[in-house]
Amino acid sequence: MELSGAEITVRCLQEEGVEFAFGYPGGAVLYIYDEIFKQNKVKHVLVRHEQAAVHAADGYARATGRVGVALVTSGPGATNAVTGIATAYMDSIPMVIISGQVPTAAIGLDAFQEVDMVGITRPCVKHNFLVKDVKDIAPTLKKAFHIAATGRPGPVVVDIPKDVTIHTAKFDYPKSVSLRSYSPVTKGHPMQIKKAVKLLLSAKRPFVYTGGGVILSEASNALIKLIKQLGVPCTSTLMGLGGYPESDRQHLGMLGMHGTYEANMAMQHCDVLLAVGARFDDRVIGNTEHFKQEKRQIIHIDIDPSSISKRVKVDVPIVGDVGQVLGEMLKQLQASKDKGEQAALKAWWAQIELWRSKNCLNYDRTSKIIKPQFVIEKLYEVTKGDAYVTSDVGQHQMWAAQYYKFDKPRRWINSGGLGTMGFGLPSAMGVKMAFPKANVACITGEASIQMCIQELSTCKQYHLPIKVLTLNNRYMGMVRQWQQFFHGNRYSESYMDALPDFVKLAEAYGHVGIRIEKPSDVEGAIKEAFKLKDKLVFMDFLTDQTENVYPMVPGGKGLSEMILAEDL
Amino acid sequence: MMRHNISVLLENEAGALSRVSGLFSARGYNIESLTVAPTEDPSMSRMTIVTRGSEEVIEQIVKQLNKLIEVVKVLDLNEGAHIERELMLVKVKAEGEWREELKRMSDIFRGRIIDVADSTYTIELTGNGTKLDAFLEALDPSVILETVRTGACGIGRGERVLKV
Ligand SMILES: Cc1ncc(C[n+]2csc(CCOP(=O)(O)OP(=O)(O)O)c2C)c(N)n1
Repeated sequence: MELSGAEITVRCLQEEGVEFAFGYPGGAVLYIYDEIFKQNKVKHVLVRHEQAAVHAADGYARATGRVGVALVTSGPGATNAVTGIATAYMDSIPMVIISGQVPTAAIGLDAFQEVDMVGITRPCVKHNFLVKDVKDIAPTLKKAFHIAATGRPGPVVVDIPKDVTIHTAKFDYPKSVSLRSYSPVTKGHPMQIKKAVKLLLSAKRPFVYTGGGVILSEASNALIKLIKQLGVPCTSTLMGLGGYPESDRQHLGMLGMHGTYEANMAMQHCDVLLAVGARFDDRVIGNTEHFKQEKRQIIHIDIDPSSISKRVKVDVPIVGDVGQVLGEMLKQLQASKDKGEQAALKAWWAQIELWRSKNCLNYDRTSKIIKPQFVIEKLYEVTKGDAYVTSDVGQHQMWAAQYYKFDKPRRWINSGGLGTMGFGLPSAMGVKMAFPKANVACITGEASIQMCIQELSTCKQYHLPIKVLTLNNRYMGMVRQWQQFFHGNRYSESYMDALPDFVKLAEAYGHVGIRIEKPSDVEGAIKEAFKLKDKLVFMDFLTDQTENVYPMVPGGKGLSEMILAEDL
Repeated sequence: MMRHNISVLLENEAGALSRVSGLFSARGYNIESLTVAPTEDPSMSRMTIVTRGSEEVIEQIVKQLNKLIEVVKVLDLNEGAHIERELMLVKVKAEGEWREELKRMSDIFRGRIIDVADSTYTIELTGNGTKLDAFLEALDPSVILETVRTGACGIGRGERVLKV
């Protein structure tokens, strides 16, 4: 029996075990929606804007490690999805985005709602396909899921013209794929691994720098064992938080532009650096020349060869799956009689404790105005450090990263690479769909939340009791901070005027809204919000308008050239 | 800034070429020339890209090319001995005493006159880029009516083979 292209599409999703497709209908995908209607294996989640569909699928993928799926129509549906696709691409998130396209015969004729989706998304996808024949739908979707999830993961777009969804073909979902042009390396080179182990054991000031690759490769356990075995200090990038328990003494906090004093100093002054699934990007190493001034040997493990020696030249490159390579290193370390430079390591720890004693994340805990950091600390306490926390982009994002101590992978969900405002709420929806019983908090700012606020309606429809914590400083805080530091206090267009009454707004969407104006009310409000198990609670915290994120490595400066709160 | 001749085997599929050219423009790599045509196996194309860059940039170019899903194999020909060839067609004004002179010039450069008209010749010339440049420089600029070049293609010497 032959099935229509639309039915084949939905059957493919079923075969892949897709639980949720986040999407929005339109002309080009009507046949696909018709097939969605006729089944109940793949649950469709109707968002209020296609950007949110992709972010929600992205949040789902980040929290579960599975491939997130979004479905959008051609033209404006497709272009609305692009921000979400680029967001996923920058953070290497496995996703399949199915977009409708105008009928094959109309392509290139400036048809109604036609846009060259494959062309537009080419620079921000791992791969994309235009399916021109109904017989190709199943093999293409099989390839799309395979490519999205393997190697360095990433979003894959499958663009399907409307007529292709009407034509019929036999349905036969391929069991496996093999692509002669795509076979990602997974095993690290044994000689390189040996070299790395030897180098680590010879280190006097070793340091481990871990990134999102640890999370993506499920390498957290291997990482913890290795770091415990070596007894060395470590740090995480914004994307790597939770890969190693932050509450452990060996973790020095996040590094980079808003990293801790101790993490940045250790990064700068170590003599052997083990970089694990991290890419030395400009928010970590702002000034590569300054970084080079201190001599150190670098070992770099990454599944993507192009991430190695891109910005910082390394001495021992290891291409491979982070988890596999760490496991191999651990085996060799455990078998080795060499216990490393114990005396030197002790001295190195003494130096690190000295840096740590600066207490760089200290802030005024006696303030009469709500300090944003205080809200995050209270959230951490109330949720016992065990919530899924999504965020938007700005100061609140950095405070969340600094003050919520993530002990498990996949708990911290934010747009690191693209820095997409509007990511927080929709991604929290994806997380909540995946883990309905878990506590899910979205930390946001009054500017960011307004970029996808329409999703409060989706949350109502699907009963998603997310807790939204808005750190409302009446400014695009991060923009204001840069203007204060680097543009002579000229706050050009960064004041958020004419803000809505968020409490009433939340209520209008059918949720609970709370405004919190005093530090003494913070903890009670958060507790109250989490007690309302089946309600989305929108907490509007009126926070200190002048608070800045510290430490800060100004753009182009070296890691040891941080501005600290106490400097001002 | 070294000049590199990079050979790429890629799936002969619609859009593969734009992935490569898009990569170069998006990442700010320069392209001196780019040629592409199907190979003896029609499912695959071979592309030759001539580019310039520091050692680090060339390393990134090779890695980024390898990362494209449709790219099967990449070889930087400059890593070993190789041969490079380019084809040029030149239409020249060939009147009066110039007719003899241009024929002689073409012979010296081992060119062939492939089209003859009352007042023009079309000369075909192959060689590496410098040879083609030299030929054009040797001509009086006033006789050159039109030139067209394919861009370089290249192949390794001896046993060096790029194949799946
Ligand atoms: C879509 C988008 N537009 C613009 C920016 C630039 N930007 C970065 S942070 C920021 C301000 C965010 O303000 P808010 O959400 O209130 O957070 P705060 O910094 O005050 O905590 C802006 C405009 C961005 N990251 N994303």
